Amino acid sequence: MKFFTDENSELAREMIERYPKARSAMIPLLHLAQEQEGWITDEAMTEIAELVGTTSAEVLGTCSFYEMFKRKPVGKYVINICTTMSCALMGAGDLMKHAESRLGVKSGGSTSDGMFTLEGAECQAACTEAPCLQVNYRHQYRVTADQFDQLIEELASADHDVPQHGVLSRIRQHIPEDRFVGPTPPEEVVSAPIWLGTDSGEK
Amino acid sequence: MSEPTPSEITVTINGTQIDAQAGEMVIAAADRAGVHIPRFCYHERMSPVGMCRMCLVDIDTGRGPMLQPSCMVPVSDGMSVDTESEDTKRAQEGILEFLLVNHPLDCPVCDKGGECPLQDQTMAYGPGESRFVEEKRHYEKPIPISDLVHLDRERCILCDRCTRFADEVAGDPLIYFMERGNATQVLTFPDEPFSSYFSGNTVQICPVGALTAAPYRFKARPWDLEQVESTCTTCSMGCRVAVQSSRNELVRYLGVDVESVNHGWLCDKGRFNFESVNSEQRLTTPLIRDIDDPRQLLGIDWGSALAVAAEAIQQAGPERVGIIGGSRLTNEDAYAWSKFAGSIVGTDNVDAQLGDGLPAEVVLALPPATIADACSADTVLVVGPDIKEELAILHLRLRGAATKGQTNVVEIGPNPTGCEPYAQRSIRCAPGETAKALSELLASDDPLAGQLGEGSVVVVFGRASMAESADPALSLAAVIRTELPHATFLPALRRGNVRGALDMGLAPGILPGRTDIRQPSQALLETWGAVPAAKGLDTTGMLHAAASGDLDTLILLGADPLSDFPDRNLAAEAIQKAKTVIAIDNFVTDSVAQADVALPATAYGEQGGTTTNIEGRISRLTQKITPPGSARDDWMIATELAWRLGSDLGLSSKQEIWREIERVAPSHAGVTLERVESSEAHEGILVQETSLELNLPAPETPPVADGYGLRLVSGRKLWDAATATAHSPSLQPLAAAPALKVHPNDLQRLGISSGDDVRVISTRSTETITAIADENIQRGTAMLPFNQPGGGANRFIDADAAVNDIRIETL
Ligand code: SF4
Ligand code: SF4
Ligand code: FES
Ligand code: FES
Repeated sequence: MKFFTDENSELAREMIERYPKARSAMIPLLHLAQEQEGWITDEAMTEIAELVGTTSAEVLGTCSFYEMFKRKPVGKYVINICTTMSCALMGAGDLMKHAESRLGVKSGGSTSDGMFTLEGAECQAACTEAPCLQVNYRHQYRVTADQFDQLIEELASADHDVPQHGVLSRIRQHIPEDRFVGPTPPEEVVSAPIWLGTDSGEK
Repeated sequence: MSEPTPSEITVTINGTQIDAQAGEMVIAAADRAGVHIPRFCYHERMSPVGMCRMCLVDIDTGRGPMLQPSCMVPVSDGMSVDTESEDTKRAQEGILEFLLVNHPLDCPVCDKGGECPLQDQTMAYGPGESRFVEEKRHYEKPIPISDLVHLDRERCILCDRCTRFADEVAGDPLIYFMERGNATQVLTFPDEPFSSYFSGNTVQICPVGALTAAPYRFKARPWDLEQVESTCTTCSMGCRVAVQSSRNELVRYLGVDVESVNHGWLCDKGRFNFESVNSEQRLTTPLIRDIDDPRQLLGIDWGSALAVAAEAIQQAGPERVGIIGGSRLTNEDAYAWSKFAGSIVGTDNVDAQLGDGLPAEVVLALPPATIADACSADTVLVVGPDIKEELAILHLRLRGAATKGQTNVVEIGPNPTGCEPYAQRSIRCAPGETAKALSELLASDDPLAGQLGEGSVVVVFGRASMAESADPALSLAAVIRTELPHATFLPALRRGNVRGALDMGLAPGILPGRTDIRQPSQALLETWGAVPAAKGLDTTGMLHAAASGDLDTLILLGADPLSDFPDRNLAAEAIQKAKTVIAIDNFVTDSVAQADVALPATAYGEQGGTTTNIEGRISRLTQKITPPGSARDDWMIATELAWRLGSDLGLSSKQEIWREIERVAPSHAGVTLERVESSEAHEGILVQETSLELNLPAPETPPVADGYGLRLVSGRKLWDAATATAHSPSLQPLAAAPALKVHPNDLQRLGISSGDDVRVISTRSTETITAIADENIQRGTAMLPFNQPGGGANRFIDADAAVNDIRIETL
């Protein structure tokens, strides 16, 4: 059975062509797989391995290194509450307790309706806005218990613009044909990517 | 600025000045200077990674001493290194304390205990005490990561040796570091085991007991082991091994690093098939066919068995005796048998190859190449069997050289091989048409034609398929000799000491020392008394003669024609029709079971002597254990038979035999016993001289296939039904059942789905086999492994046909 949908297979092929070495497309393809399924299945890793010409073991090795690639099903919305210093001082602990009781799951768990996964996370680089959290990696600042409840309601009601877990961007960026790096022999690979437009002076 | 030449780099290590080579790492320079820097991850045959930090030493390049990993820092002129400074000691203690934080310290039940770098280096450089009182990390202990290798993640120190080996050396990155930080662990993908042909090497290089080998686990403690250095004779690569035994039983082989051959690596077949030597099923006593019940073999004493054998040889007379086999033998044993055949029996019907190789007069006359030549040639042209399956470590060497850009591998053949992933080009052609494919390439304006024409070329040369005769390979050699006269050849003959057996004259028309039977050396004539007048029959010829009643006594010298000769029907007929079949072997193989007299021979590790690898490199075999029952060395059996024929072979020890070889075999002149027994033989003594002249037949084109049949392609797999594998309990399950691989379009055309059982029909036989669709197989061809358990391709092959076609039908 094929893992990627026809449309995503096409996209995968295009992504692979952007790199001089197919293997370099591994992480973008893992994102694509996560976007399609919400998490990364074994089938996805095996297919990515075939696409980029390596073993499933190497794909799993790469995938498991990165916390943001989920290898178990997660809720449609993954909520990461920052638990690092600034946020901790500003009440992240209480916020986490509140979140746990509001969602009825422990940190690390998912609600049975498959809507939410709750996680504690390291500093999200928004320390001035503590305590903060992310929903599918979109920031929410200075979150109070009430605001948290409101957020959950919004997410549950579909009255919001947060895409489901795995979608990094709803905008597809296509590189024009003439700007492909393509599978270039290594000796011809220049250090600056050609789409930076070195000779036309563009940035 | 020019790079300084090696001698211009001077480094001071612990106050002593030493010359270093540009580009080498501090740790390697220190090794050469005799200064040991402790290490876990560094391995001289793999690229450095700086994983473990055990090799931190004070390095001063003019900016003051600084702790740096000596496996990652290249030497530079004027550099000063202190491996004993206070800081270095503190670093070593710190790293060891840190590594032991999670280490279970279950040394008493660990296979590695007693030979463990972690134990040893903790003793030598460790702090002696740990401050860690918390709970250690726990994992399920040990988990099998393949049929042969178990992994204990608690013991792993994450040195990246096994994973680096799998990726960089073996090209099978099936184990990998998973997770991150404290949870980092070596693991496979779920349900995708580490089924690499080279997995055993990871057990050998793991610096702790995290990886253990199923065939050795809990078998012995290192301090109980006795060890000798020897050479693997499972295939003709001749990898150096340390053979270890405990209580007179072989328990383990370890790879020994030899620059010109195996670089310390072994394939799993060579590493683990010692189990067969210990097998309960070994032939331990002579057997003879029961007169009352001819289906049975009965035990008998040596004297009576030899008498029956000698009688059969005597009665047949020189023209009607044939000797097949000899590649299992040492050089000395092969020489004794060669002398026995030529000077006592008076026959030249001798052939160490089983119709599956190349004519000896061609192999021994081609301009020779070494493995090192191949690894540094501009182009290695691989035309022959799948070397990953048949000469596994040659594949590893070529892969290593190709991936490092030291050579370019170009393969020509009918179907995909293990070389494909690292080949510069894989040229596919119809079976039997490699010569045509090469001619066409050379005549084209393809840049590869120029590369072959102008650069150095080494040809790894063998038969591309067991389902074709030697002719296509010879045609190819003829094209190469004409078009690429600068090319040299490395014969891809796989069987054990086949090269040595040919060198010793176990081939029709050849006398010991790579000489023509018509031009015996004076020394040989004097020693032997006489040599056969004319060239005898090869294996195919002998089997034909036996089948048609023209040959009475067939001697199988460790040969199993029923399994190994390409044409099983012919072999069966010959064995059945021959009046007497005398088999000398380690096991009761299919053919031995049909013999009239079976004589038990000593096996690997039970005999000393020498062996010769594909390059013509002579290296030593060392006896480690005593043979079971009354098994004898092959040369002794020849001597005994000579006695019973009323003659004296004049040989009484292996040393004496070698002295005689050195005296009568022109190519081996100067390779004295003293040299063979000296340390020179560690690297092997390369013998390339030959007096044979190369005569190649004019290239021929095989017949065109008819539209209905599929042209059969057959080769051996590393894991097959070979005797030693079949008698090694750990290896036997690895051999898969045979399946016929066909292109999906061809299957579809015949209305067959992948996985269906089909009827396979050839001129020789009709059998039912499972057909599998594989789009890598060329259309119009079918691939069937030669010798899998449950039935080989030899049932379908006609040994006299240049190529073989089959038809397949639905049941
Ligand atoms: S299993 Fe052994 S070789 Fe592999 S990383 Fe761990 S310690 Fe190193
Ligand atoms: S490649 Fe051949 S000689 Fe080397 S270990 Fe394997 S079987 Fe033995
Ligand atoms: S500590 Fe929470 S965002 Fe930095
Ligand atoms: S040996 Fe140098 S870091 Fe491991």
